[in-house]
Amino acid sequence: MSAVLQTAPRTDEAIVSIRGLTKTYANGFSALKGIDLDIRRGEIFALLGPNGAGKTTLISIVCGIVNASTGQVVADGFDNVADFRKARARIGLVPQELHTDAFETVWATCSFSRGLFGFKPDPAHIERVLRDLSLWDKRNDRIMTLSGGMKRRVLIAKALAHEPSILFLDEPTAGVDVELRHDMWNVVRKLRERGTTIILTTHYIEEAEEMADRVGVILKGEIILVEDKTTLMKKLGKRELALHLNEPLAAIPVALADLNLELQDSGSVLVYRFDAGGEATGISRLLNRLGGEGIGFHDLKTSETSLEEIFVSLVKERA
Amino acid sequence: MNWLAVAAIYKFEMSRWFRTLGQSIASPVISTSLYFIVFGAAIGARMGAIDGVTYGAFIIPGLMMLSILNESIGNASFGIYFPKWSGTIFEILSAPVSWGEMLLGYVGAATTKSVLLGALILVTARVFVPYEIAHPLWMLCFLLLTAASFSLFGFLIGIWADSWEKLQTVPLLVITPLTFLGGAFYSIDMLPSPWRELTFFNPVVYLISGFRWSFYGVSDVPVGYSVAAIAGFLVTCVLIARWMILSGYRLKR
Ligand SMILES: Nc1ncnc2c1ncn2[C@@H]1O[C@H](COP(=O)(O)OP(=O)(O)OP(=O)(O)O)[C@@H](O)[C@H]1O
Ligand SMILES: [Mg+2]
Repeated sequence: MSAVLQTAPRTDEAIVSIRGLTKTYANGFSALKGIDLDIRRGEIFALLGPNGAGKTTLISIVCGIVNASTGQVVADGFDNVADFRKARARIGLVPQELHTDAFETVWATCSFSRGLFGFKPDPAHIERVLRDLSLWDKRNDRIMTLSGGMKRRVLIAKALAHEPSILFLDEPTAGVDVELRHDMWNVVRKLRERGTTIILTTHYIEEAEEMADRVGVILKGEIILVEDKTTLMKKLGKRELALHLNEPLAAIPVALADLNLELQDSGSVLVYRFDAGGEATGISRLLNRLGGEGIGFHDLKTSETSLEEIFVSLVKERA
Repeated sequence: MNWLAVAAIYKFEMSRWFRTLGQSIASPVISTSLYFIVFGAAIGARMGAIDGVTYGAFIIPGLMMLSILNESIGNASFGIYFPKWSGTIFEILSAPVSWGEMLLGYVGAATTKSVLLGALILVTARVFVPYEIAHPLWMLCFLLLTAASFSLFGFLIGIWADSWEKLQTVPLLVITPLTFLGGAFYSIDMLPSPWRELTFFNPVVYLISGFRWSFYGVSDVPVGYSVAAIAGFLVTCVLIARWMILSGYRLKR
């Protein structure tokens, strides 16, 4: 059964299934208001949301760090409370905050993590993980002598020490420079290729855009959207065609008023907006009619709305 | 049973101790030596024997208990409070580790340290006073039980404490007076009437008395009471720890 799943990594089957999850903190604050969410086996799922939306709370409950008020979490078929041993052994967590044991060496802290999760020592595995994360040279260094970005990688290495099939990354690239960020993306992609399911939260939309198969948006403790990334981009994304005109226009000609046009740069650029998902873009019709009106152009550019713009507009809508 | 996790926690805690071995050992050894010099040699020379035991020898079991209690509580409370404070506790909480395994790892390590320390004090005492141990097996048994139960107690304090002040004041405010008034330096019989009866409410009296009996065969209270008292204390602490870990009291939000 599991062999079949490994050879066919991505399926629609849920590996993490969250039902009716709520969390009210001791101070009465309701951080999660009934979350239902399925994470599919083998996917990279990006959880987006503004500060305080409840991303960390949600992850913490799944990983057993925070008690849920109500609701249920099933990880790889095991209830995370009733069957906590089996559920947790499959989950790795990289927390948002850089909590590390300052006095331990990189090697010792990774070996500790593996043992803690009930796995026999496997130096070869730890070595592979450390090499993948470019930490091999630092293996005998104490964590306190490492930079912030390296500490972040140590936390990732710790989370991977027990070969989890589900990995939670809570803002893995916060405070990490561009180069390192790309390294991390590569690590995550490699993990996915090996069949690990990855759930990451991030504030960098480009990260979700770059990496995710599906995107979920959480706002004030509620999931307001879960969508295939490409579908989402199609559905909500607008594309633009910008024409750089030979002669600036004072106004859009009346004959073209039925089209979704806008003038920019004091009339020298004509912008046409159309649905990214639509079959007929209407570009050729537009160009024909421009020709008919005697409007010439010397350059054209198309662009797509980024996930970030989609996200901002979604959040604004709900706010 | 996740023995590998128990081993991981135990090893982690022991290596923390060995990293600061000089410090961990020097302070209890120095302070006990001072006690022996002042009370055992200087003052003890002018004191008569108690229950047929010289004063220097008489105070050994009490002094050992004093150190073991302090070290057990200090070690175990720090062991769990520090990861709580630094945030690294997240990993323990997210691991497939049961309450019992967590206790075995943390409290087991603290107990080991205390027992080693007790042995060290016993050796140090030899330098200052000659003594004999009448019931070595019982002595070991009391040593283990006391170290384990007070390490557990320290573990509870570590979970309960939400500031460094609380972590430090509880042992200072509660344990030190109880030990000093627990008959470390005198026999309970030497106290005048109301105090003597009151003393029997002090749990440390039972510890020290039982421990002293294992050395010299004399005790303030029947040995059975001592064993029962420690065992009862141990079980109570285990039950409280179990509740704390399962409910996430001051561990989980
Ligand atoms: N221990 C706590 N007690 C009370 N409220 C809390 C506690 N922890 C978090 N909260 C509140 O719950 C809400 C969700 O917090 P959470 O950390 O899950 O947000 P987040 O989406 O991860 O935000 P960020 O992007 O800033 O990391 C916030 O309003 C926060 O103030
Ligand atoms: Mg967060």
